[in-house]
Amino acid sequence: MSQQYPALLVIVPLLSAFAISIAGWVNKRLCFPIIVTALSVAVYASVGLLLTVLEKGVVIYHLGGWPPPVGIAYYVDHLNGLVLVVVSLVALLNVIACKKSIEQEFPDKAAPFYTLYLLMVTGLLGIVVTGDAFNLYVLLEIAALTGYGLLAMGEERAPLSTLNYLYMGTIGACFYLLGVGYLYIVTGSLNMVDIARLLPPLYQSRAVLAAFIICMVGVWLKMAFFPLHAWLPNAYTHAPSAASSLIAPLVTKVMVYVMIRLILTIFTPEFAFATLALNNIVVWLAVIAIVMGAILALAERNLKRMLTFIIVAEVGYMVGGAWLGNRAGMTGAILHIANDALMTLCVFLVVGNIVYKVKGYAFENLQGLFRKMPFTMGAFVVGAMSIIGVPPTCGFFSKWYLILGALQAGHYGFMAALIFSSLVSVVLFFRIFEICYYEPFSDHHGHDHPPEPMDEAPPLMVVPLLIVAVILILVGLYTGDIVNHIIKFAIPEGLV
Amino acid sequence: MKIIGLIITIITGAFLVYAAADFPAWSDPNSPASTYLSPYFIENSMKDTSVPNFVTSLLADYRGFDTMFETTVIFTAGLVCFILLRISGRKEPETSHYRHVLTGVTVTLKEGRKIPASEDFERIDDLWTPPDLIIKTGCRLMIPFIQLFALYVIAHGHSSPGGGFQGGVILGASIILLAISHDLRTALERMREKVVAILCPVGVAIYAGTGTLCLLLGLNFLDYSALASVLHVDPIAARSHGILMVEIGVGIAVMTTMIWIYNNISSAGKYNQGL
Amino acid sequence: MAELIPTIIAKYNYWIYITLMMIGLYAMIAKNNLVKKIVGMNIFQTAIILFYVSIGVKKGATIPISAGGHGAVHEAVHAADYLNPLPHVLMLTAIVVGVATLGVALALALRIYSRYNTLEEDEILAQIRKK
Repeated sequence: MSQQYPALLVIVPLLSAFAISIAGWVNKRLCFPIIVTALSVAVYASVGLLLTVLEKGVVIYHLGGWPPPVGIAYYVDHLNGLVLVVVSLVALLNVIACKKSIEQEFPDKAAPFYTLYLLMVTGLLGIVVTGDAFNLYVLLEIAALTGYGLLAMGEERAPLSTLNYLYMGTIGACFYLLGVGYLYIVTGSLNMVDIARLLPPLYQSRAVLAAFIICMVGVWLKMAFFPLHAWLPNAYTHAPSAASSLIAPLVTKVMVYVMIRLILTIFTPEFAFATLALNNIVVWLAVIAIVMGAILALAERNLKRMLTFIIVAEVGYMVGGAWLGNRAGMTGAILHIANDALMTLCVFLVVGNIVYKVKGYAFENLQGLFRKMPFTMGAFVVGAMSIIGVPPTCGFFSKWYLILGALQAGHYGFMAALIFSSLVSVVLFFRIFEICYYEPFSDHHGHDHPPEPMDEAPPLMVVPLLIVAVILILVGLYTGDIVNHIIKFAIPEGLV
Repeated sequence: MKIIGLIITIITGAFLVYAAADFPAWSDPNSPASTYLSPYFIENSMKDTSVPNFVTSLLADYRGFDTMFETTVIFTAGLVCFILLRISGRKEPETSHYRHVLTGVTVTLKEGRKIPASEDFERIDDLWTPPDLIIKTGCRLMIPFIQLFALYVIAHGHSSPGGGFQGGVILGASIILLAISHDLRTALERMREKVVAILCPVGVAIYAGTGTLCLLLGLNFLDYSALASVLHVDPIAARSHGILMVEIGVGIAVMTTMIWIYNNISSAGKYNQGL
Repeated sequence: MAELIPTIIAKYNYWIYITLMMIGLYAMIAKNNLVKKIVGMNIFQTAIILFYVSIGVKKGATIPISAGGHGAVHEAVHAADYLNPLPHVLMLTAIVVGVATLGVALALALRIYSRYNTLEEDEILAQIRKK
């Protein structure tokens, strides 16, 4: 069975989604066990795949029994394996933590929500594991459509924000499709490895250059890279907490994975960095993204919206790191995919807990939370330390590699932007700590009133959050192993 | 905004025109797209799958995995329309209108009271208009033939243009025609909401289930030749039958999704009289 | 210049699809009404579908269904006689995706209309700002 893991990884969540959809009309209480089982199987299969890749190298799976380029092939290497584990783990922890919040916000539509949730995870897992350029487009659209459905379930402004996200997302996906079409015209094949084999004689043609730029612009639209980021803050803020804590950690990072896959596998680094001279421009765009994300986050009076601007800055880190053109920068970008997914999950789960208890996420609602919800805020402190970049949390190590890469490439602007955003994050988060720590002044001046009782979120919501916080520290401590055993082999040797 | 739009459009258009310079000319038989991979499909489709329609064999067998996810996309669209628009039936409107069929008298009942279903009274809503007799009768006569044609299109996807998607849309169109010519409640009596909502994932599950059956029988996912042992035919015919099975699944999924989307959008989720 | 004209005429399918794409893109960016933006999105996607389908054409070839039908298992099939079926298959998927996106966009527009009672984007933003 273990050689069927690549198929099981995608099929089990897919079939379970249909089972939940049918079960929703029959007996609603079956939905949650089905989804937890499906995601546990996905975690198991992805960990099994990663271990197989570490032992034996690249795993190739022929769908339908047809060898590539005739059929579609799944292609799991070190880069894939790491991202697969991260995606499935984040999805599983999130669904356990969000069960109560889903029941609170829309109890009668819980079954369709779980179905869309599982379909979104299927789409994301499929994007990461596939080795066929057109299959990636189809799965991209599955992830996008389910995302629109999940995000639009929120408060009043949610449908408009989601519609704006829909316009930008569709343009992005269509640009990616157009780029694949250009590649198909000049090579005649759709398989990623096959295209990479057929492209080198054609590097000087305009069509390949256009294909690269169009694919890149499409992927940048979907990952909210500056200046194409305008949809992200609105779409993620107005969404229900269960949806935003699934989509915010995962979708932008999977798009960064797609970009890195385009750079490393399809258009090899020689083309992307040497033949084209776009490095500098893209890294400067990333610098502007980081600075802008940090400054706009400072202006917000609303915790969830502030965190979405931090996501924009984090995407800037990853794109800038990947486009620096050296091994340290690429290592930093790949490590940051995993780290940022976990950090964002941590902080968004905290927001979910706060919304469940306090029913609001503006700064005024956060007063006195350290006493009322100590475990949640403890995990928030760990997540904040990771975003700022304090050792031993994982955020420090990915920033370390990114700064190393910037120094090696001589790009001091990028290094300055990274340090600037760390400092701004310190201000952002310590401002929140201050609000949460000091309670509102009571009316009894001079009388001592009993301290606020602890009013923590239910354990089903707190335990996964604490697990994520512990994972953040563990991943930080084991960074050396991850880089040396996994990421080192994910980057081709040609990249110095 | 218009000026920004114009600038972006002109720059993008100029870039695309620049890139199209070294594309192969229109209908060039020697372009890489026509000479590298597709000759394999054209020459070997009959040998591998005994299906003369190269598009069907390519769609459902060689690249069947894509098609499974495409069917999932269709199901997702129906589900998203449902989850966004459907207002739960528990909150019935306070006043309901009934019309006595023979005399045309309208009866309004307040506070959620209802008349039990009978031949004499039909339920109407605020914007009711009398349906035209010619349209009603004409559509009622046409719908069975439309459905028969749809089944023909699905079944003959192997040897003529057709297949699951096309047949499914025609099937869905027949029920939507019933909803348009009469009203939504008539169509809902024929195909209830629960039936539509359950058949849709069942259709896609038939597709994924066929693939899983192949996986459980030992070969890779969606490798239909594994069905040879179950169907007692040789592997090539098993591929042809596997293609038919998934096409049926696709047809069911597409039909129910079209009906589902129409129901939700035309009535804005309230499932009253529709358009 | 003289060799530019035959080139332009030989590749006319590309100019058509680029024009359509830019019309769709302009509608999506510049128009105010939400439904007009959705229509522009549809035009944009349709242009890409036309582009792919136009790749598959071969001079003198017929539709990609074997002329012999079911009985012709042992006849040789020449690839040059039939159109390229791969872009057709890919575009079946793209059309379906386009329809699905259209359905979702219309459902969202319906929700927006029932909340704000207008479909013009500037009026909706004015209502939001007044809140």
